[in-house]
Amino acid sequence: MHVVYPAVVAALLFSIGVYGVLARRNTILVLMSVELMLNAVNLNLVTFDVWLRDQLHGGQVLTLFVIVIAAAEVGIGLAIVLAVFRNRQSIDLDRLRDLFEPPNSSDPDGSQPAATKVTTGVGPE
Amino acid sequence: MTPALWPPTAQEIVFLLLSVVAVGSALLVVTTRQLVHAALWLVACFGALAGCYLVLTAEFVAWVQVLIYVGAVVVLMLFGIMLTRAPIGRTADLDSGNRVVAALVALATAAVLVTVVIDGFRSAYTPLDPGTGSAKSLGGSIFRTWVLPFEALSILLLAALIGAIVISRTDIKGRE
Repeated sequence: MHVVYPAVVAALLFSIGVYGVLARRNTILVLMSVELMLNAVNLNLVTFDVWLRDQLHGGQVLTLFVIVIAAAEVGIGLAIVLAVFRNRQSIDLDRLRDLFEPPNSSDPDGSQPAATKVTTGVGPE
Repeated sequence: MTPALWPPTAQEIVFLLLSVVAVGSALLVVTTRQLVHAALWLVACFGALAGCYLVLTAEFVAWVQVLIYVGAVVVLMLFGIMLTRAPIGRTADLDSGNRVVAALVALATAAVLVTVVIDGFRSAYTPLDPGTGSAKSLGGSIFRTWVLPFEALSILLLAALIGAIVISRTDIKGRE
């Protein structure tokens, strides 16, 4: 097996993941694209483990660790997405602009309604 | 000593077919207009990648990939899709406005990576002998050499579990 084939496939998968992260608007689709990038890295790890004939199997063990970390990441990420959805009724990445600083501070477009919404949503009344 | 890159051997043909499936379904994941279809194409992509691992003699990694990615991660994604009341069916606003810029960045990344990889590993070749990635050898190295990272990872999983529960429960208030 030539090492070029899996390495090129991993590079293509990684680029597809980059496109998905940058172009998608739904948060869950962005998480899926992150998974694609992690899988590209996993394919590289397995390939180089096989190629270098690692006696300690460092590449494949690290692949297992990456898979476990990806599972933990998806669990936490979906919990955060659900919390955002509960507060905003939307997981649209383009609309989550609370950290956006308007160019002139008198512009109430970005920050004001969201801030009042948060305080009414989470407040202990 | 190194065989020629073309024609590919039978192993390489199988690997290339599986990787065509993986890359094609990954493209569909990032371009489809239906949210649920994206999750299902993700299953196809991960399954084809598990087949790639099998061809590369990493059989234990392949089965872990099937169990965790296809079995758990995609199901979690589907739960997330349902719990956020995403529109089932064709929706037009899954892509943000910067699609063109994203495509340019991704194409540039692909060009750089593929060029560097082909230039660097043009003559690298490895014969595949089965059994090197079996559960026995991997388990031996996990529980001998890599046992400390393994334990740290179990702590991480526990922390992620508790964190996910705490974040997603609504009746836990912050400190007053």
